[in-house]
Amino acid sequence: MAAATMAAVRKALAVDPATRLSADRVQSIHAASLELLDDPGIWCTGERALAVFEAGGCRTARVSEGGRQDGYRVRIPAAVIERALESAPDEVVLGARDPANTLVLRGKEPKVYFGTGSQANLVLESRMASFRSEEAPEQAAMLPVYSESTGSIAHLCRSAHLAEHLSNVDFFIRNVNAQDESIPSEHRDVNIYFAALLHTTKHVQGGLESLEALQPMLRLAELVATDGAEPGGANPGGANPGHADRGATGRDGSVRGLPVSFIACPVKSPLQMVADTAEKVVAIAEADVPLVISCSPQGGSTAPIQEEGMVAQINAEILAGLTLAQLARPGCPVLYGAVPVRARLDNLHDFYGAPEFVHYNLGCVQMARSYGIPCYSSAGVGDAKRPGMQATVEKLPSHLSVAASGAQYIHYAFGLLDRTNVFSPLQAVLDDGAIGLVKQVVRPCSFSADDLTAAVEEIRSVARSSGVFARRVRKQLRRGVVGDAYAFADDGQADRVLERAQRKLEELYQLEPRRLSDATVDRVYAAVPGLIDRRMFDIR
Amino acid sequence: MSERDMLEEIRRSIIMGHLDAEDEGFDGSMEGTPGTVELVEEALEARTEPQQILTVFNAAMEEVGRLFEAGEYLLPDMLASAECVGEAMDVLEPHLAGTADTQKGTFLIATVKGDLHDIGKNIVITMLKGAGYQVRDLGIDVPADDIVAAVKQHKPQYLGLSALLTTTMTEMETVIRKLKEAGITDVKVIIGGAPTSEEFAQKIGADGHCRDALEAVEKLEALRSAS
Ligand code: B12
Repeated sequence: MAAATMAAVRKALAVDPATRLSADRVQSIHAASLELLDDPGIWCTGERALAVFEAGGCRTARVSEGGRQDGYRVRIPAAVIERALESAPDEVVLGARDPANTLVLRGKEPKVYFGTGSQANLVLESRMASFRSEEAPEQAAMLPVYSESTGSIAHLCRSAHLAEHLSNVDFFIRNVNAQDESIPSEHRDVNIYFAALLHTTKHVQGGLESLEALQPMLRLAELVATDGAEPGGANPGGANPGHADRGATGRDGSVRGLPVSFIACPVKSPLQMVADTAEKVVAIAEADVPLVISCSPQGGSTAPIQEEGMVAQINAEILAGLTLAQLARPGCPVLYGAVPVRARLDNLHDFYGAPEFVHYNLGCVQMARSYGIPCYSSAGVGDAKRPGMQATVEKLPSHLSVAASGAQYIHYAFGLLDRTNVFSPLQAVLDDGAIGLVKQVVRPCSFSADDLTAAVEEIRSVARSSGVFARRVRKQLRRGVVGDAYAFADDGQADRVLERAQRKLEELYQLEPRRLSDATVDRVYAAVPGLIDRRMFDIR
Repeated sequence: MSERDMLEEIRRSIIMGHLDAEDEGFDGSMEGTPGTVELVEEALEARTEPQQILTVFNAAMEEVGRLFEAGEYLLPDMLASAECVGEAMDVLEPHLAGTADTQKGTFLIATVKGDLHDIGKNIVITMLKGAGYQVRDLGIDVPADDIVAAVKQHKPQYLGLSALLTTTMTEMETVIRKLKEAGITDVKVIIGGAPTSEEFAQKIGADGHCRDALEAVEKLEALRSAS
């Protein structure tokens, strides 16, 4: 298989980043985060993380604090954090089965990719049904009806297939929590990733439930990366775990990362390092596989509700995780994983339609950019339980403004309802349409001095003659500066958005799956233990 | 170039919405090549029958209409073609003089008093010119008396009135009443504009209402063949 060159990677949406914080505020939040990491520092229980911090020059002290198990306070000096920020690479390459779907993220470059996210427990499937008014039988309507079921491998396969064919999905985070009882817990990771990798040629990302799964996972990823290549070739696809160059620009100028990367949440808010996820961070960092250091404090319960407090805290938490990774293996590829949410004030559930969800995220994007580390950001979750108007209205502000801020990697963007509890394929299709529109809205303005001169000439000439510019529109259409309508807008008077989106969904389901070759599947089954019967991955 | 080739060039030029040498045409490739206006001038110099050129105009616009219906053309494309025919008509008209049967008729149009909206009216003008009508535009905010005076002077077959405001659409009724008072009964009055409707047209005694410029072309054709 030919290595992908830079030119062949997946196209990102370049924006002129909109900002929320002034440069001064970014600086003072950075200072506030450093202050927090020094005092109170991070509360830490895991031996492995503790050893890494100590070796890296952090002061640790065993403490027994009211109500908690005994642990250590780790005070991370500013100099250690600054060194970690320096060693974290500015460029992270996320490979894909199809090299043309490789993503290149650069911390200082506001180029945006959109992807799925979370691990919804429930899947909401839909079909259209016709209804007639009881009072006025001549009044009829087509409306979706729904059925909700517990997430399974079969749902995950279909979801990966859908993500493969939705044009605005740039990467796939396993978005359905497959709860098949037939899969033993120690084998869940390989099965989940295999389900995804089998059906999408885009980058696949997720958590690692069990650290024991890391090596089999890497073997799976390598085999998938060489799909279509001769087995036993000298350098199949260039994926080579343990090698420092992996996931970076190769000597020949080609890029080719693993088709898989991980997410870990080492810090529980506020400021507590969790033993087992911290251990995963260290292990994944040592394996040099791209890793999202994700934190999700909830403003109003586990973090201050006001944005300056939230951003200072989450930034400190991400910096703590990032420092751990860089101390474990300097230069390992990390993403700044921001998932700041706000609490509802009636029941302290996550509240994604809240304006602060957007404010928090925008702050994080700016912090990450100031460090030159690619930002994994969050946008596009609905609190609504069903696809449609409420969900779309809740999602649009974050879809639009987080994209406009230039976050490199926006997760959560497709199909999530009921605060990430539900994945709705129909809503994913609707979100794809909304993101299509958002991409056009944030398109940077591109005119040159010549274009402006031409415009003045056009105005002069039309003002003297017909007074109608319509004919001149054609040139601008060709120039690519005239956008398209919302994908599900109706030409007529009726509003049939849901009907159209459901039709599109059904069409996408009908498309031929882009599966791995049989030869690769055989090799995977031979090398990776714990995979369930292959028929369980079949969506036909 | 043979006469046939020349007529074919004119047809193609109209379909491409290629107005004149300065215009770049539908696909942006035609700047610097003779456009519809130059081609019609050339054809006339080569003594092509004006009547034949007119036939080509109609055929070309029919094709453009088909492309629009099929979704291949956007409205700007169709307007560009209509503008080609409109401008070319100005060149052709003096040569057609006297052959009365070639005239589809004169259309007088105005936005009524108190109303400044003219985007829709201008589209109607372009399309009607493109369809071969002689159009005279009285502009915007035109008092009823001026419209009546213009009808007396130019004796058009059709009068078009445009209004976009609920407050100015009543002015249309005034125009029609004043036409009657002046004893003018042989001009067909067509109205348009977003707040107007077929019912409103009937109520004020107009001869027809059009939703859009395409319907205007169709309605006039229907009125012509009826009379
Ligand atoms: C553009 C516009 C303006 C522009 C006009 C620029 C111009 N050169 O025309 C400006 C900014 C100047 C303007 C001003 C005002 N406007 Co204004 N304007 C509009 C707007 C947004 C679009 C109109 C338009 O051009 N449509 C596009 C064309 C292609 O469509 P069309 O005009 O309907 O024409 C088509 C058909 O109707 C038909 N047709 C039209 N005329 C004719 C005539 C004949 C003979 C035939 C056969 C067919 C035909 O064919 C056309 C082509 O397909 C409308 C909103 C709307 N939804 O219509 C408001 C609107 C018409 N305006 C409105 C208002 C209130 C005003 C102002 C009073 C605002 C103010 N407070 O100053 C002023 C009034 C000025 C005045 N005295 O006239 C209101 C009217 C409400 C009402 N009471 O009826 C509207 C509906 C907006 C709104 N929803 O509030 N406006």
